[in-house]
Amino acid sequence: MTSPLQRKLKIAGPTVVTANRLADGAVVWLGKGGRWTDRIAEAEVATTADAALHLLDLAHADERAAVGAYPATVALSAAGVPQPATLRERIRTAGPTVTLPGAL
Amino acid sequence: MYVHDEFDRAFLAERVEDFRGQVARRLSGALSEEEFKPLRLMNGVYLQLHAYMLRVCIPYGTLSGTQLRALAAVARTYDRGYGHFTTRQNIQFNWIKLAELPDAMADLAKVGIHGIQTSGNCIRNTTTDPWAGAAPDEIEDPRLYAEIIRQWSTLHPEFTFLPRKFKIAITAATHDRAAIKVHDVGLRLHRKDGETGFEVIVGGGLGRSPFIGKTIRDFLPKEHLLSYLEAVLRTYNLEGRRDNIYKARIKIQVHEIGLEEFTRRVEAEWAAIRDGALRLDADAIDQVRAHFATPDFDRLEDRPAVLAAALEEPDFARWHANAVAPHKAPGHAIVTLSLKPIGGPPGDATADQMDAIADLAELYAYGEVRVAHEQNLTFPHVRQKDLPELWKKLDAIGVATPNVGLVSDIISCPGLDYCSLANTRSIPIAQAISQRFADPARAAEIGRLHLNISGCINACGHHHVGHIGILGVDKKDEEFFQIALGGKGNFKARLGELIGPAIPESEIVDAVERIVDTYLELRLSPSETFIAAVERLGPDPFKERAYAPR
Amino acid sequence: MPLVKSGAVTADPFVFVADGEALPQGAVIVSAARLLSGDPALAAHAGPLGVAWPNDKDVALLAPVLPRLALVALAFPKFRDGRAFSQARLLRERHRFRGEVRATGNVLQDQVLFMARAGFDAFALEKASDAAAFREALARYSVFYQPTGDGRRTVRDLRARAQELEAAE
Repeated sequence: MTSPLQRKLKIAGPTVVTANRLADGAVVWLGKGGRWTDRIAEAEVATTADAALHLLDLAHADERAAVGAYPATVALSAAGVPQPATLRERIRTAGPTVTLPGAL
Repeated sequence: MYVHDEFDRAFLAERVEDFRGQVARRLSGALSEEEFKPLRLMNGVYLQLHAYMLRVCIPYGTLSGTQLRALAAVARTYDRGYGHFTTRQNIQFNWIKLAELPDAMADLAKVGIHGIQTSGNCIRNTTTDPWAGAAPDEIEDPRLYAEIIRQWSTLHPEFTFLPRKFKIAITAATHDRAAIKVHDVGLRLHRKDGETGFEVIVGGGLGRSPFIGKTIRDFLPKEHLLSYLEAVLRTYNLEGRRDNIYKARIKIQVHEIGLEEFTRRVEAEWAAIRDGALRLDADAIDQVRAHFATPDFDRLEDRPAVLAAALEEPDFARWHANAVAPHKAPGHAIVTLSLKPIGGPPGDATADQMDAIADLAELYAYGEVRVAHEQNLTFPHVRQKDLPELWKKLDAIGVATPNVGLVSDIISCPGLDYCSLANTRSIPIAQAISQRFADPARAAEIGRLHLNISGCINACGHHHVGHIGILGVDKKDEEFFQIALGGKGNFKARLGELIGPAIPESEIVDAVERIVDTYLELRLSPSETFIAAVERLGPDPFKERAYAPR
Repeated sequence: MPLVKSGAVTADPFVFVADGEALPQGAVIVSAARLLSGDPALAAHAGPLGVAWPNDKDVALLAPVLPRLALVALAFPKFRDGRAFSQARLLRERHRFRGEVRATGNVLQDQVLFMARAGFDAFALEKASDAAAFREALARYSVFYQPTGDGRRTVRDLRARAQELEAAE
């Protein structure tokens, strides 16, 4: 379900595709070979808009595994490993910034 | 207390199986996400940042001990051991798996609770006064009408795919503890010429276009409650905007066509159906009223000796002055349990706390617990003589912070720590502010002050009606916060006024403190509340200090 | 797009005729605009006549021609657009229309019970699998909380009956 708007994707740097896993809602990233992974370090990084669009198409084609896929800009470590670049993505990656009551 | 009968039980069991089938079809691919989303939402299932979230409604905020224990069990079995009470008498579980949701729902259905219509574009959980049945200032128990509305609105075949969500709140007291003027429909039960009926208020709501509701009918005889609501809903369903999600609430419809024209259309529709099958005769009302029998209160004296003695102790006296309210029955009291521990996330309770509260409710509160829209819990019926003992036990489980209605009794949405719509976090801001005002003596000195925080413009933290309202905005991935002053959510509801540009996260707590200090300096006397001072002085003196050079 | 009537997939005798095209013999569905235009071909048409009525037009406009109509097709352009539920109830309960009220568009099994309760009696389902599940979908609930024109007994009726029985014992 790629809308015409999404065909004109602009990316602001290295980009990964992320979504939530259908069965449990966990945060996942599209990794090598179009497989979903729950580790951002394993995410496939696109550096051009066309490559990001290709990843997005792959993600949307597989709605039974993960839902709500979207492109997210990432920062790359010195070794080229993707890391979340925004507060929202940091929270999605690492969990809430507050101590969970159950853990008190 | 409403007890589910065989029909309610059969219905809930059917609903769970219906949802189980829908989940199976989704997992198998027979339903697309686009098709499934409205179906799961109508069962209270969201997909948030990290996981699915289940919102369970607590009709008119009333829970039995058994029901609260069932919520605790769901938190423990399917989630991470806690739940979050919301501003609309709901509870949310944040970490639940889609595949396990039908089982969690089946467990809840066994005790008569569910997540039906806690989301989606349908008629939501009808909320009411958490003190219903206990408050000295009510003319009748509003819960029975909330229950009548709940039944009528449950899977209503005509109103399940509305332009947008639809929230109804009802009160029967002289103090509005249900924020009826900021709901799509607010109902105020009152007396006129010896008869009781409803003032009907339409088109209130917060969110990105906040409106205070307007009265479309001063007095609606009780028997017409449902036919009138059906006329309002039909007018909205047929003519409410569907072209723009941000303009789809009934408040925009009322605003765009005008109150007079909207009223005319509703009244015309009502004229055609008012004497139909929805008419509530006395039997129909009595059938429901039978479920809301007041407990058989012990005959007791006000201010028993044991209470008078305990009041000599300063800590108990502080809590008593703060968390205990008068009850209509002599020798009894209404007790609020603060879910706002200093530095804690507002409105959260652990499974262990829920279990303990259920036990205490059965021991001390005629078995009833209520959820209040301020994200606290209430024991509506407590014997005054039990207060000292109860206080110790509440304190032991962390729900006796004496801050009810004070600056650290913060209403907050979950914000970006959980919510996929949020722009900024709100819980850490609430925690930092509550820590700043941790000293109970100082909080008591400041007095009544409602502070509300929303992490985005959707306003789940009701920042528009906070005496101090804080709204998170994202600026290039930095969290900033706007401050508004002077909002109120009661019968005299008013929207807060923005005092200036957004403040960075690192400075928001200081700014709030300076606003509060300004109030302490400028108030006429300790009896002039924060909101009264803001109304007298206007925002300017507060604004100057909030933005004072640092 | 299977059509379900009386609980079973059935052939559709109606054909939709575009505006400006000649009417064939037999059962036809025309647009709202054509129906209201006073097209003389409609008066001359001997077969059953139906109309495809959009969901943003007041069904009261149909009242004068209802006696001539065998079918009103109401639209669900997206399944979450629920205006046609109100239109169906008004057609049945206010205007006493007894012909076929058909649900068209994005019609899913999860709505057919709501639709039946609102007065629909024909369902152009989008998916074959939903048509197969139709009977089961219609029987998913046995308890109804609000009266509509469908005649199903509500919980209030059942409770009153139970009380009477109890009193009689």
